[in-house]
Amino acid sequence: MTRAILLALLAHWRRHPGQALTLVAGLALATALWTAVQAINAEARASYAEANSLLQPARAGTLTAPTGAIPPRTYAALRRAGWQVSPVLEGRLDAGAARVTLLGVDALTYPALPVPDDTADAGNPADVLLPPGRLFADPDTAAALTRADLPPVVPASDMPAGVVLTDIAVADRLLEAGGRLSRILVATDQPAGRPLLSDIAPDLVYRPAEAQAGTEGLTRSFHLNLTAFGLLSFAVGLFIVHGTIGLAFEQRRAILRTLRALGVPARGLALAMFAELLAAGLLAGLAGVGLGYVIAAALLPGVAATLGGLYGADVAGSLALRPGWIAAGLGMALGGVVLAGAHVLWKARDLPVLALTGTEAWRLAGARGLRLQLAAGVALILAGWLAVWLFDGLLAGFACLGGLLLGSALLLAPLLAGLLRIGARLARRPVADWLWSDMRAQLPGLSLALMALLLALATNIGVGTMVSSFRLTFTDWLDRRLSADLYISTEDDSRTEALRQWLIPRAESVLPIRSAALRLGDRPGRVYGVIDDPIYRATWPMVRETPGLWERLSAGEGVIINEQLHFGAGIAPGDDLQLLPGWTLPVVGIYADYGNPDPQAITSLDTLLAHVPDLPDRQLAVRSADPPALAAALRDAFDLPADAIMPQAQIKTLSLGIFDRTFLITGALNLLTLGVAGFAILTSLLTLWTIRLPQLAPAWAMGITRARLAWLEILRAVALAALTALLALPLGLLLAWTLLSVINVEAFGWRLPMYLFPLDWMRLLALALVAAALAALIPALRLRRLPPADLVKVFANVR
Amino acid sequence: MLLDIDDVTKTYPGADRPVLNGVRLRLDQGDTLALTGESGSGKSTLLHLAGALDRFDGGEITLDGTALSRLDDTGRARLRRRTVALVFQQFNLMPALTVDQNLAFHARLAGRADPAWIDRIRTRLGLDGLGARYPEALSGGQQQRVAIGRALAMRPRLLLADEPTGNLDEDTGAEVLSLMLDLVADTGAALFLVTHSDAIAARAARRLHLHHGRLT
Repeated sequence: MTRAILLALLAHWRRHPGQALTLVAGLALATALWTAVQAINAEARASYAEANSLLQPARAGTLTAPTGAIPPRTYAALRRAGWQVSPVLEGRLDAGAARVTLLGVDALTYPALPVPDDTADAGNPADVLLPPGRLFADPDTAAALTRADLPPVVPASDMPAGVVLTDIAVADRLLEAGGRLSRILVATDQPAGRPLLSDIAPDLVYRPAEAQAGTEGLTRSFHLNLTAFGLLSFAVGLFIVHGTIGLAFEQRRAILRTLRALGVPARGLALAMFAELLAAGLLAGLAGVGLGYVIAAALLPGVAATLGGLYGADVAGSLALRPGWIAAGLGMALGGVVLAGAHVLWKARDLPVLALTGTEAWRLAGARGLRLQLAAGVALILAGWLAVWLFDGLLAGFACLGGLLLGSALLLAPLLAGLLRIGARLARRPVADWLWSDMRAQLPGLSLALMALLLALATNIGVGTMVSSFRLTFTDWLDRRLSADLYISTEDDSRTEALRQWLIPRAESVLPIRSAALRLGDRPGRVYGVIDDPIYRATWPMVRETPGLWERLSAGEGVIINEQLHFGAGIAPGDDLQLLPGWTLPVVGIYADYGNPDPQAITSLDTLLAHVPDLPDRQLAVRSADPPALAAALRDAFDLPADAIMPQAQIKTLSLGIFDRTFLITGALNLLTLGVAGFAILTSLLTLWTIRLPQLAPAWAMGITRARLAWLEILRAVALAALTALLALPLGLLLAWTLLSVINVEAFGWRLPMYLFPLDWMRLLALALVAAALAALIPALRLRRLPPADLVKVFANVR
Repeated sequence: MLLDIDDVTKTYPGADRPVLNGVRLRLDQGDTLALTGESGSGKSTLLHLAGALDRFDGGEITLDGTALSRLDDTGRARLRRRTVALVFQQFNLMPALTVDQNLAFHARLAGRADPAWIDRIRTRLGLDGLGARYPEALSGGQQQRVAIGRALAMRPRLLLADEPTGNLDEDTGAEVLSLMLDLVADTGAALFLVTHSDAIAARAARRLHLHHGRLT
């Protein structure tokens, strides 16, 4: 019997191959976008894990100096005192074909040495320690190490991309570090009876192993954003599947009723349909995972650039097949199809033998559903806001977004029905009258596709507004922050002093850029010291300030902090901030600091030097009436390398380039989601085609030509898309506000002002209308070319 | 002459013989004609050809002085909009429109909507009080009354009815048919009725039988 039931059910898909394709393609698309995001996240996490295990071995604390450099004598003192420590020197190295991170470690004490791919390459273990030493790098990075004076390279696949590990003496020579150390690793297990760290190395800051903020921690919010995008795309895809399954069920009611009348139990029917859904899910899942791999492979280089630009995190640019995301993709496809088909299975379980057939039941259910949707939509939106009101954190922010988006999607059909009712009231001509009423009648069949379009448009507007607002703010911030004309870097303090003396009579002002790495509000941060200069008062991007801010700052009686420290530690103007034990200053203002995830503070340079005397002095900011001439003269006078002087415009271009790359992935996902929504409309219109003809044929019989009916079909789709876009605009703006004021604060620690971009909305609206028109074009052309004999069949009761 | 069907033939693609073979038929204003025949005899096809819904292979059909073979899609649509009205077995109402909107729709398309006449039709058909309902909320008999009202509200010169009572029970069918014949008489339209039923055919002034594509 089971075989007979399955054959009867499958006959529907054989008769409607387009619907079968829609079901599988919709689910495959949804799975593909989800899988792509998961694959990217998995690849990034793997890269972080690899990087963290080598750059920051587990179970090791870290000692760093506020000045950024630890003298070798401090390390020696620690060893003599019995501390189990290991020195690390880290720096950027021009390796020929690429710039890499060079990590110099003590091979005898470093706890996480890489394993060579081929032990024969490594040679004698002593070769690592003896000149010329060995460099360990993953095969891709190894290929880029083309500089002639480098030691032999040993390929080691467990090395993170872009990082080269070597003995500390070799690194010291290559980086010309002069014996300085970047940090000292401190083993968790230490012998008893040793003196306190603060006695031996009072200038160093100790961070215990558990407090290390690894790369993964920094990029968590970015990946959460990606996952949210993936889920949104998946939800949009599920709308397609839900609509297709629903329509197929309604079209198969006659078959189902006949099977029930022939004695098939309702449970047997439901089980057969469940098996059918699982088969579709498996097929779509496999296709989706394959497509997801292709999408992920295409997007990964952009993501790698983003993470590098935003957080300095290295992610390999190539994609590996990982069982985790393949299984997750298949699981999502199977779960998704069951979720999307649950209502159908439920109906089939309870299907009465004398159920209504075809679209009548669907229409009646749709009308009843509108009221339910209205109530559920309002409830979801309220629940989302309640989540933000009651809880803190990113998850609450995303719950708010989820509630807002899903609730609004549910509100769409009732709102559209209302708008269409108003339109019908205003219509004067019979065809217009019919058009408005017919659009309302079509809502149950099209509402899922329109929901998908609403979500895609709102996300586009929301994310687009956020990114554009961010870009505008970032550009303005760059203008204010990079107020000097030239930025000069040197290799040592004495050379900086020589440059300063040369520049003072020739430039309008010469500003030092000096900072100390200190703990700020329980997180590692950086404190900058500034001198009193009018440029700061005129341009520094303050968000909040107190009266007499700059006077108090110059006098060493106050500190200004970045938004990240303000939101992260809950410190506001008026509060005291401890910079070092025994050194506390009142907070007198908050400034914007984009593109930096860490806490930061600024006080007067004199005060900072009084507490941290040995600050490196290697950077200068110079204001000049003629920056190019001054730069040329400076180069001539000091024989400076090309990258030692950076004009302000060049830094801005670089920064904006990084910014734009950062949001490449967002733009790509936006476009893909909109594409899926367009596909949802197309598939809905195609699946509705079979029930559409009996509705159009009477109008044709009464004298409306096929050509006009075809145009009306396009007009109908475009009008529904336009109304949906109209409703998507306020939703998108609300979404943008939530992203800027809730999610950004939680994820990055800064609040951004919101700007409006009506031209972008117009462009998006035009895109949505074109997508809807294109989606309606295929059924419309089919109608335009339909032979009269086929239309007449509607009346001849042959159908 | 309102309708002149002259030696019309029609063969469906893939069929081994014509469904209509040299059919000749004439209908004047005010005539009522019933066409009977077995299933598949070509009755509905002839009705569709007369209503400019489908195309024929040979011969000519002249409706209200216009030769249908010379009309393109737009011309045929204009003719259906202004001259012909149709009533089908399946009612074929516009599901998105209310009863009142359905009643007035064809008349408004033809530019001949007369609210007083539509009110009269609604009352004659016993549809008062149902004007705001949608077709799906009506019984089969009520839906067919709306279909008849829609057809006659535009005062057609020719009313084509294809098994108009085929989906109704005997009593309801007889009642609906009487109403239709009365209203046709009121408008002075010609009626071309296709039916299986001898009893219904007997209500028309003329009666023809179609057998294997030929009139007898």
